Amino acid sequence: MIRRVLPHGLGRGLLTRRPGTRRGGFSLDWDGKVSEIKKKIKSILPGTPCDVLPDTSHLPPEHSDVVIVGGGVLGLSVAYWLKQLENRRGGMQVLVVERDHTYSQASTGLSVGGICQQFSLPENIQLSLFSASFLRNINEYLAVTNAPPLDLQFNPSGYLLLASEKDAAAMESNVKVQKQEGAKVCLMSPDQLRNKFPWINTEGVALASYGMENEGWFDPWCLLHGLRQKLMSMGVFFCQGEVTRFVTSSQRMMTTDDEMVTLKSIHEVHVKMDHSLEYQPVECAIVINAAGAWSAQIAALAGIGKGPPGTLQGTKLPVEPRKRYVYVWHCPQGPGLETPLVADTSGAYFRREGLGSNYLGGRSPAEEEEPDPANLEVDHDFFQEKVWPHLALRVPAFETLKVQTAWAGYYDYNTFDQNGVVGPHPLVVNMYFATGFSGHGLQQAPGVGRAVAEMILEGSFQTIDLSPFLFNRFYLGEKTQENNIM
Amino acid sequence: MAAPWVSLRLVAPMWNGTRGIHRLGGAVVPEGNQKKERKMLQFLNKHFYDVEALRGYLLQREMSKVHLKNRSFTWLEEQHGPYSAGAFFILKQGGAVKFRDKEWIRPDKYGHFSPEFWNFREVPVEAVDASDCEINYEGLDNLLLLKELQSLSLQRCPHVDDWCLSRLYPLADSLQELSLAGCPRVSERGLACLHHLQNLRRLDISDLPAVSNPGLTQILVEEMLPNCQVVGVDWAEGLKLGPEEQPQDTASPVPA
Repeated sequence: MIRRVLPHGLGRGLLTRRPGTRRGGFSLDWDGKVSEIKKKIKSILPGTPCDVLPDTSHLPPEHSDVVIVGGGVLGLSVAYWLKQLENRRGGMQVLVVERDHTYSQASTGLSVGGICQQFSLPENIQLSLFSASFLRNINEYLAVTNAPPLDLQFNPSGYLLLASEKDAAAMESNVKVQKQEGAKVCLMSPDQLRNKFPWINTEGVALASYGMENEGWFDPWCLLHGLRQKLMSMGVFFCQGEVTRFVTSSQRMMTTDDEMVTLKSIHEVHVKMDHSLEYQPVECAIVINAAGAWSAQIAALAGIGKGPPGTLQGTKLPVEPRKRYVYVWHCPQGPGLETPLVADTSGAYFRREGLGSNYLGGRSPAEEEEPDPANLEVDHDFFQEKVWPHLALRVPAFETLKVQTAWAGYYDYNTFDQNGVVGPHPLVVNMYFATGFSGHGLQQAPGVGRAVAEMILEGSFQTIDLSPFLFNRFYLGEKTQENNIM
Repeated sequence: MAAPWVSLRLVAPMWNGTRGIHRLGGAVVPEGNQKKERKMLQFLNKHFYDVEALRGYLLQREMSKVHLKNRSFTWLEEQHGPYSAGAFFILKQGGAVKFRDKEWIRPDKYGHFSPEFWNFREVPVEAVDASDCEINYEGLDNLLLLKELQSLSLQRCPHVDDWCLSRLYPLADSLQELSLAGCPRVSERGLACLHHLQNLRRLDISDLPAVSNPGLTQILVEEMLPNCQVVGVDWAEGLKLGPEEQPQDTASPVPA
C-alpha cells in the first residue's frame, strides 16, 4: 500500500485515499467529508463548539454605578448633570432604563411645552428661571461636535394669568414673591388688559399677571432629543426594558432616640426585556426614580410604603397618573400673533400654535370628574361642556371654532401637595426621587436634574435649595402647597 | 414638530483661516473644496478622540470670546452716566452711536473711536447702528441702559435671536425704528414679542432666513402693530400662482 501512495507525491494529506480516486487532485467529495466529520464531533460533544457568542447587545451592562429608572426629560436631565458635574471624566457609569423607546405614553412628549415663572413658591420660581437660562443657552450646554445646533422653537410670548375678585389678593402677593426672585412679571388691571389685548373679554377679571421675559412655550421633543444625543456622546448607557425587581439588603440601626430602624439599600436592579422573560440583573450603587406617572410602582418595588400606616415605613409615595386632555382647534378670527398663553379664572387655558390661526388648550378637571387614567383615550364631550364655554366667554372670537385634533397625556400628580418629590428616601438610602411634578416637570427638569446630581455628588443641594421637596414631608405632614396649578 | 436643521456659524465673517474647524456641522451650501474639507473633518472627528477634543476646545474658545465681548459695562453707569456706558459698549462691539444733536460716532477700521462721548453725561443716545455686531442676550443688559433710544439697527447680528427680542420691551416708550434685516436666528416667534413696542413706526424684517413663512408673517406683524410700517417682505411671496398664470398642464388639477 505504501508503494502505491508514494508515487503520488507528498501533497496528498495524511488521510487514506479512497478507492477510485487515483487520478489526482482532492476528491470531489472533500467538503462532504469535512462536514461529516464536523457532524460527528457535534454529536459527541454537548453544545456546538464553533457557534458565535450569544447576542447581548439589547441587554444592559451587568454593573452600573447609577441606574436611572425612566428615560423622560427628568431622567435624562439627572443623567446629564451627573456626567457634567462628576469630578473625573468617565468617573460615573450611568444607565438609563426606559420601558418604551417610542415614548408613546411619556408625559414629556405629550406635554404642551410651557415654561413660566408665575408660581407662589420661591423654589419653583428659581427652578423655572434656571431652566429658562438652560434653554436659552442650550447650544452651549448640549453641544455635540458634528451635530447641528438645536432649535427649540421657543415662543417668548409669556403667560397671562387672570384672577377673579377672590383670587386677586393671592395673585398680588404671588407677584411680589416672583419679582423678589427675579422673574419679570407685571400686574395689569382690566383696563390695561383691554388696551393691550382687545380680543379679551374682561368680565369677572379683577387682576391679571403677565410674564414679560423667560416665559413661553417650546418643543419638548427637541429638548429630549438634544439631551439623548449629548448623553450618548458623554458615554451614558441606554437600555429598553422594564424594572421588575430590586434586590435589597437591610441593616438594623439605632437612632439617636434609641429606636431601632431598618435601613435598606438596593444593590441589584432586575431589568426585564420587552416581550420575553429574559432579564438582566444590574449591580448598582444608586437608583434614581424618574418614572413619572408610574413612580409609585417603582417605589413599591423597593418596599416604600410597606409597613403600618402612619409610620415612616408605611408612607407611600403619593404620586399617581392623572389624565389631562389637550385640544387643538382652528379659529380664523382668533387672537393675533402676540397672544400669550392665557390661563382663565376658571382654569381653562389656551395658546397659539404656529402661524395658521390654530390654538391649543384645555382645562384641568375638578376632583370629582377626574377621568380614568387606564388609557389615553380622549373625551371630546369634555371640551364641549367644560372647556369651550369658558373659552368662548373669555375670548368672544372663540365662539366659532373647529376642533382639529386632540390628545391626552398623564400628569405625575402628587396627591399630597402637587409639588415635586426630590432627594433621597430616608429609609431606602440609595433611592433618589425626581418625580411628582404634577404638570410642571418639563419646565423644571434642568433645575431638578442639577439638584439631584448635586445631592448625589456633594451630599446637599448647592445651587437651588430644594429641601421643602424632600420625601420626609409626607410622613411629617408638612405640605409645600403650590397655589398656581394649571 | 421636528425643527429644520440650520447651521449657524459662530465665527465672525472676517476670519479667513481654517474656517472648517469652527463650524458646528450642518447644511450651509458648501461648494467643491469646502465640501471635501468638511467630509474629511467629519470623518476624522468620528474616528479620533483627539480631533473631537480639539474641535470641542476651539468651539468653547469661540463661545468664550463672544461672552467676553458681551460682558457687563453697567459699572460705568455711576461714573459716566447710563448713556455713555451704553455707547461705550456699542462702540467696543464695532457699532455706531448718535447722541441727540450730535454727529454719528463710528469706530474706524482699527476699532478706535473718539473719546468725546465720555463728556456727554446728560445727552441721551438717539440712534444705535449695531449691524454685524456680536451682541447676544447678556450684552443687551448694556444696550438697555439707553432708555431714550429712538432708532435701533440690529442688521445681520449673528447672535440676536428670539430670546433677545423678548428683552426689548423696556424701550417701548421711545423706540420708533427697528431693523432686524438679515439676522439668521430671528424667527416669527421672536417677532411676536415686538407687540410691546407700540411707538414703533418703522420695522424692517427683510431677509430673515429662520422665518418659515415670510409673507404670512408680514401680514400678522402688520396686524399686530397697526401704527407701524413693516418693511421688507413682499406679501405676495410664497403665494401660489392663480389659475390664469398656471402653466397649462391638463394632467394635474388646478389648485384652488
